[in-house]
Amino acid sequence: MVADIGYGVIFIAFLVALYSVGAAIYGDRTKSAGWVESARRAMLLLWPLISISAAALIYLLVTNHFEVSFVYEVISRDMPTYLKITAWWGGQAGSLVFWSWLMSAFASLVTLRKWDRDREFLPWVIVVTSLTTAFFLALVVFYENPFAEFWRGPDGKLIADASGNAIKSMFAPMLNASLAIPTDGNGLNPFLRNPGMIIHPPMLYLGFVSFVIPFAFAIAALITGRTDDRWIRITRRWTLWAWLFLSCGLVLGSRWAYDVLGWGGFWGWDPVEIAALMPWLTGTAFLHSVMIQEKRGMLKQWNMLLIILTYALVIFGTFLTRSGILSSVHAFAESAIGPAFFTFIGITFVGSIALLIYRWPDLRGETEMKSMLSREALFLLNNLLFISVLVVCFWGVVFPIISEIFTGQKVTVGPPFYQTATGPLFAGLMLLMGVAPLSAWGHSSLKTLGRAIWKSVIAALVITIFLFFTYTANPIALVAFFLVAMVILVTLQEFWRGTAARMKAQSENAFTAFWRLVGRDRRRYGGYVIHLSMMLMAIGILGINLFQIQTQGTVPVNSSLSLGGYTVKYDSVAQFPGPDGQQVTRAVVSVYQGNNYLGDLYPRIDYYPTEKQNMTIPGDRPTLKDDLYIILVDWQPTSTNGATFKIFVNPLVNWLWIGAIIFLFGIIFAAWPDRDAERVPARSHHIHQPDANQTGAAD
Amino acid sequence: MEDAMSKMQNSKTQGRKTQNAIALPILLALTCGLVLASQPYQKVFAQQPVPTPSDDQVNQIAHQLYCPVCEDTPLDVCPTEACRQWRDLIRQQLSQGWTEQQIKQYFVQQYGVRVLDEPPQTGLNWLIYILPPVIILAGAFILFRALRMWTKPGSASAASGSKDETVKDEYVARFEEELKKRK
Amino acid sequence: MNESTLSTPRRGVPLWAQIIIWVSLLALLGIVAVELNRSQQGQVGRGDKISNFTMPLFSGYELNGQNQFNLADYHGKVVMVNFWASWCKPCEQEAADLEQAWQFYRSDGRVVFVGVDYVDTEPKARAYLAKFSITFPNGPDLGTRVSQLFRIKGVPETYFIDPQGILQYAQIGPFSSVDDIKSIINPLLK
Repeated sequence: MVADIGYGVIFIAFLVALYSVGAAIYGDRTKSAGWVESARRAMLLLWPLISISAAALIYLLVTNHFEVSFVYEVISRDMPTYLKITAWWGGQAGSLVFWSWLMSAFASLVTLRKWDRDREFLPWVIVVTSLTTAFFLALVVFYENPFAEFWRGPDGKLIADASGNAIKSMFAPMLNASLAIPTDGNGLNPFLRNPGMIIHPPMLYLGFVSFVIPFAFAIAALITGRTDDRWIRITRRWTLWAWLFLSCGLVLGSRWAYDVLGWGGFWGWDPVEIAALMPWLTGTAFLHSVMIQEKRGMLKQWNMLLIILTYALVIFGTFLTRSGILSSVHAFAESAIGPAFFTFIGITFVGSIALLIYRWPDLRGETEMKSMLSREALFLLNNLLFISVLVVCFWGVVFPIISEIFTGQKVTVGPPFYQTATGPLFAGLMLLMGVAPLSAWGHSSLKTLGRAIWKSVIAALVITIFLFFTYTANPIALVAFFLVAMVILVTLQEFWRGTAARMKAQSENAFTAFWRLVGRDRRRYGGYVIHLSMMLMAIGILGINLFQIQTQGTVPVNSSLSLGGYTVKYDSVAQFPGPDGQQVTRAVVSVYQGNNYLGDLYPRIDYYPTEKQNMTIPGDRPTLKDDLYIILVDWQPTSTNGATFKIFVNPLVNWLWIGAIIFLFGIIFAAWPDRDAERVPARSHHIHQPDANQTGAAD
Repeated sequence: MEDAMSKMQNSKTQGRKTQNAIALPILLALTCGLVLASQPYQKVFAQQPVPTPSDDQVNQIAHQLYCPVCEDTPLDVCPTEACRQWRDLIRQQLSQGWTEQQIKQYFVQQYGVRVLDEPPQTGLNWLIYILPPVIILAGAFILFRALRMWTKPGSASAASGSKDETVKDEYVARFEEELKKRK
Repeated sequence: MNESTLSTPRRGVPLWAQIIIWVSLLALLGIVAVELNRSQQGQVGRGDKISNFTMPLFSGYELNGQNQFNLADYHGKVVMVNFWASWCKPCEQEAADLEQAWQFYRSDGRVVFVGVDYVDTEPKARAYLAKFSITFPNGPDLGTRVSQLFRIKGVPETYFIDPQGILQYAQIGPFSSVDDIKSIINPLLK
């Protein structure tokens, strides 16, 4: 009953989404405000409708309705209620509902804004967002229906197809069939039961979904021919929030991998990880290059291309993980949605590129540049580097497919390839991060730049020499640490310069001056905070990549293993049932540094009998210097051999997580809405170069 | 629960068998222990006073190989029973004096090239190493040309840092002021 | 698509660039389509002609004294290809049944069994074969060539090829009994 309601409502939502697409197009063609308004209201109806359907699904999950196939697949009776709720996005069908739900929420938010100045965009924004929502709803309605149920024939047997798989459907597949209710479900994949994993997918989806909004505006701008930078001003904050969610998703995913996968690292250059990173790369490039368009009216074509690329990569990445093309720890099980998804991708790619080519001549900005060292030139270089990283990533993901098609040979493209290829590019980005903030819009020269940067360079050199004598002689590490030091110093210097200037000009004290400086241009100083946090993260990434040491050994009780100055003594092991239906094997080890007792750690293996899966949960001891990370590899109850441990010392890695927190703070700071930011046209905040084109079009 | 026990049981017997299976190679290794001790590859990792190749030596090679059944998982961290067997195999091969290269070759021959963490530089695989640099260089070239084009026809001196341009951005203005003061 | 409308006096995207863009986009979509088709394909199905393959055989598990199995040599016979691995628990369920079936058919001469050891280590594989006293020909799937040919999704999977070289039945997962196996082979012998 509840399942029928859920399915019925989502089907209605699908029809409403289609209607809103049709009404918006018709309204635009006939210049009928009534139709467009009707389309807008239809779109506003989507979120409540999908919410009802989602509520039905959650109800079914929480109340153990195992006759519903999705419930059967993702939960089991022994799961706590909160996990039953979050199992909503733990499987393909449910997560598609989740996607649609988020998408409709964002679409509603954007349609609720005041449109008076941008009426002509409205129908096309509705078309793009509703079409995307309709597509995901169609996947739910026609391919991956979470409400489909199991049935039992009149003979009492489960109705199955020829190959023995139970048939799932909304309606009884034969006369006199009744619902088949399994006694228990499969349970959620143990990997998805970690708190990090519970919020990691929603964050990624939020990031993905919110990039649809700037894309919708870009397409609206292309279709209407209103190709000034109005669309960029409207979507500026959307883009920042999208970037925030996506970044958050990536960070949480890394932390989850570090905590749960038990391989001593946080990023394995797995195709699915890369699929999530790719839109982040273009999104980051976009965030930088829109500034050039805002300040200088340049690069209109390029920005359009970037946002289209970002959306395309979002869709492409989702497709890769969900169609069964890629197999990886993250990928969903094989599914029938592939061809439908492929068609959607084909249409969006071809459509938006055709549109872009068609409007290309209209997108010409005035391209005058005074110097190759001006900030816009450096930003372009930054874009080049981001796109280069994207090229490497994209090619690394796509190449195995090409190889298999043309040679029949499966190949793996693993970390060494990505590390070698992207390392120099990331170094280049760091160098730019150090130089670009010092260059000015329009004009800069070697002289002005040199004058601004020399102190930081010298200080960074001193730090590097110090590190050479005290910490490492690894040349790559030294170059990287030099860059990190330089960027941090330059950025801090920027804060200081601004504050000092304010103190002098406005005769304020340091705190007020700093506060007002930062508050007046949050995007810029938020950006600097992000740069600083990136450097902290870089320290962590360098530490684990360049200095990680590890050892593995089997030791009897009371014996120890030592690594990197730590001694790890194996004290005991115990087995007991966990809170979540799992069988826990937990070792107790005590950690010493020299003769100093530092504390106990508890590496463990959780065995999930229902899912027949082992989880290796490390015990780790984080400090700013390094992270001692211990994995219980093996333990046999009757063996006198003891237990096998794998120990990692991951130097500096905790700076990554510290940096990540500051990073998120920085984005929130930069993206936090101004009071009535949306209502007052953003344009009036800023003083801009006279631009006949733009003002002409805007008024 | 029962399942868990049977699994435990299984891994127990499995474990014992593993020991038996490698006992012979150990003996072999011991007999030619002198030869082994002088092998250069013994140098690397940490302290394990056992004559068999240590876990670290095994992992060092396993790290460069991918699990042939579970995709995208390096062999040294893969927790499945199958991977444990492969690690044992590496240990056995090491104790028989195989070099890293030989072991990798054996794995490729047995399970295909996808066990390598990087495609070997042969045939079509060259594409993966060549295409990205080509595209990046092309991009750099295009950008450089565009910058040249944009800077040339612009008014007068390109890199002179002339300050006659009316500055619109107040922060840039403040920054420029700062620079002047510092002269 | 829209190229024709682009011949405006204003400077649009140059033709060569458009060609590059469309060609690479279509190439990408084409590649993805092929791969998608492949991943949706599933295992070889009933009625498919199985192309010839050769594989080495473990010593002690040769077929007619040959240490190489060549499918073409057994044209005119029913060939059962069983994929297994020593680390595969469900394979153990059917191992004894397979051997029993082989004992039933081996004297007949019209049926050939071959076991393909999918990504496995030889010592473990031998221990497995010994444990279940398996005598029919077995060999390693070098470079996963055979399994790729059959596009297997996992182990155990068993394929029955009729005397004409056409696949007649694919068993995904283990057999439940000897009769299970016989009921598939017997119709093929008629």
